[in-house]
Amino acid sequence: MKLVCLSDNPSKPCFILFFKGVRIMLDCGLDIKQLLHFVPLLVVPGFQVSKARSWAQGGDRRTRVPDDITQELKDCGGRLLVDGAPEFAIPETDMVELSSLDAILISSYSCMLALPYITEYTGFRGTVYLTEPTLHIGRQYMEELVKYVERNPKSAVASKWKQENIIKSLPAPLRDAINPRQWRKLYTLHDINSALSKVQLVGFSQKVDIFGSLTVTPASSGCCIGSCNWIIQSTFEKICYVAGTSTLTTHPRPMEQAPLKNADILVLSCLTQTPSSLPDPMIGEFCINAAVTVKNGGNVLVPCYASGVTFDLFECLSGHLEQCGLAGVPMYFLSPVSDSTLAYSNIFAEWLSSSKQSKVFLPECPFPHADLLAKGRLKNFSSIHSGLTTDFHTPCVLFAGHPSLRMGDIVHFIELWGGSAANTIIFTEPDFPHLDALAPFLPLAMRVCYCPIDTSLNFSQANKLIRDLRPLHLVVSETYMKPPVLEPLRNDLTIEFEPSPLTYKQGEVLSLPVKRQFETVEMESELASTLEPVEVKPGAAVSMVTASLVSRDNKYILKRLPRSVQSLKKRRSDGTVLWRKPYIFGSPSLQAIVEGLKQQGFTSLKVEENESGSIIHLMKEDSLIQVDGSSTHIICDSEDVRLRLRDVMLKCLKQL
Amino acid sequence: MTDIKVTPLGAGQDVGRSCILLSIGGKNVMLDCGMHMGYNDDRRFPDFTYVAREGRLTDRINCLIISHFHLDHCGALPYMTEMVGYDGPIYMTHPTKAICPILLEDYRKINVERKGDTNFFTSEMIKACMKKVVTVNLHQVIQVDEELEIKAYYAGHVLGAAMFQIRVGQNSVVYTGDYNMTPDRHLGAAWVDKCRPDLLITESTYATTIRDSKRCRERDFLRKVHDCVEKGGKPFDRAYIENPGPMVVFATPGMLHAGLSLQIFKRWAPSEANMVIMPGYCVAGTVGHRILNGARKIELENKQTGIMQLISHCQPRNVLLVHGEAEKMAFLKNKIQEEFGIDCFMPANGETSVIKTRHNIPLDTALNLLKRQLLPAEAENSAQGALLMKGSHMQLTEPAAAFRELGVEEHELRFTCNIQLEEEGRVADTSERIYRVLQR
Ligand SMILES: [Zn+2]
Repeated sequence: MKLVCLSDNPSKPCFILFFKGVRIMLDCGLDIKQLLHFVPLLVVPGFQVSKARSWAQGGDRRTRVPDDITQELKDCGGRLLVDGAPEFAIPETDMVELSSLDAILISSYSCMLALPYITEYTGFRGTVYLTEPTLHIGRQYMEELVKYVERNPKSAVASKWKQENIIKSLPAPLRDAINPRQWRKLYTLHDINSALSKVQLVGFSQKVDIFGSLTVTPASSGCCIGSCNWIIQSTFEKICYVAGTSTLTTHPRPMEQAPLKNADILVLSCLTQTPSSLPDPMIGEFCINAAVTVKNGGNVLVPCYASGVTFDLFECLSGHLEQCGLAGVPMYFLSPVSDSTLAYSNIFAEWLSSSKQSKVFLPECPFPHADLLAKGRLKNFSSIHSGLTTDFHTPCVLFAGHPSLRMGDIVHFIELWGGSAANTIIFTEPDFPHLDALAPFLPLAMRVCYCPIDTSLNFSQANKLIRDLRPLHLVVSETYMKPPVLEPLRNDLTIEFEPSPLTYKQGEVLSLPVKRQFETVEMESELASTLEPVEVKPGAAVSMVTASLVSRDNKYILKRLPRSVQSLKKRRSDGTVLWRKPYIFGSPSLQAIVEGLKQQGFTSLKVEENESGSIIHLMKEDSLIQVDGSSTHIICDSEDVRLRLRDVMLKCLKQL
Repeated sequence: MTDIKVTPLGAGQDVGRSCILLSIGGKNVMLDCGMHMGYNDDRRFPDFTYVAREGRLTDRINCLIISHFHLDHCGALPYMTEMVGYDGPIYMTHPTKAICPILLEDYRKINVERKGDTNFFTSEMIKACMKKVVTVNLHQVIQVDEELEIKAYYAGHVLGAAMFQIRVGQNSVVYTGDYNMTPDRHLGAAWVDKCRPDLLITESTYATTIRDSKRCRERDFLRKVHDCVEKGGKPFDRAYIENPGPMVVFATPGMLHAGLSLQIFKRWAPSEANMVIMPGYCVAGTVGHRILNGARKIELENKQTGIMQLISHCQPRNVLLVHGEAEKMAFLKNKIQEEFGIDCFMPANGETSVIKTRHNIPLDTALNLLKRQLLPAEAENSAQGALLMKGSHMQLTEPAAAFRELGVEEHELRFTCNIQLEEEGRVADTSERIYRVLQR
């Protein structure tokens, strides 16, 4: 049993599990963080971010980067960025022959954005398993990316700067870009449709059979709508894949722990990306900062994804503004897929927390944003070009994508509002380091707040969960075993477990310590009725079984041997009958043997007992029987007597 | 333990009041809890004294499953849980949970406010009852307790209607509720996987109607309404009962057994110019049923294809028919036995059918034994091993491993004989020859 790690980012995981001859990919995350190395795409085609200028290289003439390469790069707010079509770091595709994958299990919509790269460009012929909300919201996320990129088609991919000798001489952080030669251009709408046509929907606690060898079951993970952990098991082995999981109460269905208990292996990924801040106080801080800004006449800009925590922010902020007497301040939500994500969230009732679910029976919408939309307090637009300008009032709170600040309407608003200290930009999304995201727009007069909200397990929650689940072995990212780089003394921000966990990192193959010893074989009742079990010990019986073994669809069945075969004894190659030595056991008492002998007409007996056993003399037959607990030695010259003595002994012993 | 027992408390050779008691692997499951539209007395609800003459239902029943929101499947729910007393889990789908209390409240109002029934469940009881409901998603496997699990499938009858698979160990039953095997405009066809249950409990009313002719029926329906209005007749409608002039009224309930539809019917029935159209099935005993059996008969299509399709789909070992008229059931029973060669049961209310089950016995088999027996890989091999039985646990291993596990030593039985040979030649040659013979 093996586990291969294909992703560099444990929050956007991708693994392949080899188990009982089945190859399963666990999640298919896309590490969008590499996008931060690119010049932001403006909403208006052809326009550049105002801070972008050509790169003025200093230094020695001989070590200078050639001009055709500098044309691919731009100096943006003092940082060197790539000026070309945006590219994405996809999972390793060369380690395993991906066309031989049998299945892909997806844990949530935020861990599937690399799916089209795998299903469309590797010869994949398997099935993708995920829940209904994951399918729909995942599709929205993918389409959002495509629409952002296609809105402003950069002419070409910049690739010359990636040459090994060039990249070394570039300034940081571009110099430290991870594996840029493996980056890929974004997929197309057609790729998305084709990838998602390979999906089979599953519900929580549904048992899905994979080729008769394995059963896989999704269990709610409480992280976002439709998110799940996966239990992968055979009759005797159990592996749990725990991805984005939350034990907090937010809008999704709560996490289910019971099905994850007592696993042989527990693979853990997607822990919080902001281990030192708790979500609840951050939401509070977010609301206060936003309210103060609008109260003073400034605008609030919130970079966000089109679903997930964004909906919790709508709910909390609208409540807080009301309390502050600011209910009249409009909230805007800009994303090319905002229509669909808002609508979908209100039809997935059975995937929500019980308090949200019970609203459906009243009947009301589970999320208050439906009400906010109806009252006009929240307005959503697909872009600034689709009616926003005619209906735009300030001060306001504006939620817009993309949280990387490299594409989407957010780029326009940073340019528009960045110059005034009255405005505030509040970062809540933990996927991107906010200072790197902001770098190309510096200097900025606008206030910057950082209130990262990550509801995934933090280290103390994860350690508690693992203690409760008691797996035999734990597998975690190697980054979870040491404190975060910025807080080297916080040893509490690590995973603790005995025996010490196995660790994964991109490009490594782990051998999982599971030794398979048993397999289920079914015995037909016709065969069972022919068996004659012998009680060997109280409560334990044994029977020898000779049967025909049929294997079909990875299942084994023992059937009664056909009559024609039954009569035929097993034979050696030269045709002689192979004699099966019977299994003889038991330790009869001397008394019982003597009794047996007398019944068979052996009367002239003399019994001698010593420490190691006893000897029975058969005077008349001139024979000896040496008995000691586990063995009997019969010394006798007459074949007739020998057979009679053997039968007496077999009567006293048990045989199979 | 391995027998499955089924006793209908309602819907046994009858339509309406679906309520079936299932005993499987030592567990008792109640399937549906409906009311009978044909009665206004005690007979409208199932007779729960059959389950527990004394003592609480909760101790006798492990769980209750409701297939869909029609009252003949859930109408006795508050009566059972609040008036008879049942606190165990009730399972239904989300849409059923959303709609069921509305229909129950409607039903309560008709009986209490219109008919003045005093001994009826109250609104509070409906609410208390719905609190005991656990919702299920389609295909989700719900573990009721350690041994009993249930799984819902799409039934295509009304919104939220589900079929349920009930499993204890190797024994399994599929209960259909009402279902439809042909897709409609907004409902798909029922679907269940090839799960080979020991028993399929199927209703035999709705499944026998074919829906693909429904659109024709609708066109037909509209034409009839149109013709009727042109002649100055008065088909159905609500508050305008006394108004002059032609009108079309759609009124519930559909079987004309109570409520507004019956009220209007009584009012308008005397005139030949008026017309009534019965859109659905009517239970025996209702006004609707009597009308359908009268002069103005409206054809209901009856074909058995639905049930036959479902049987060939899920491949049960036995079939049990409920929720249908005895005559039609008997016909269907013969047809099923002939076509599939499997047993078919149709117990009356209070009568128990016993279904014998037979299963392969799972053995934990040592992988090394299995691998060796399968070499060289052939489709069929003969295998040999020791079957070790400890309590209910069975393990197939190498004989030596079985004895080792039990701590039993093999008893060695040795013989020594002196044999005299009369042969010429050297002793060494003779012993060499004997050795060769023995070596074989
Ligand atoms: Zn029905």
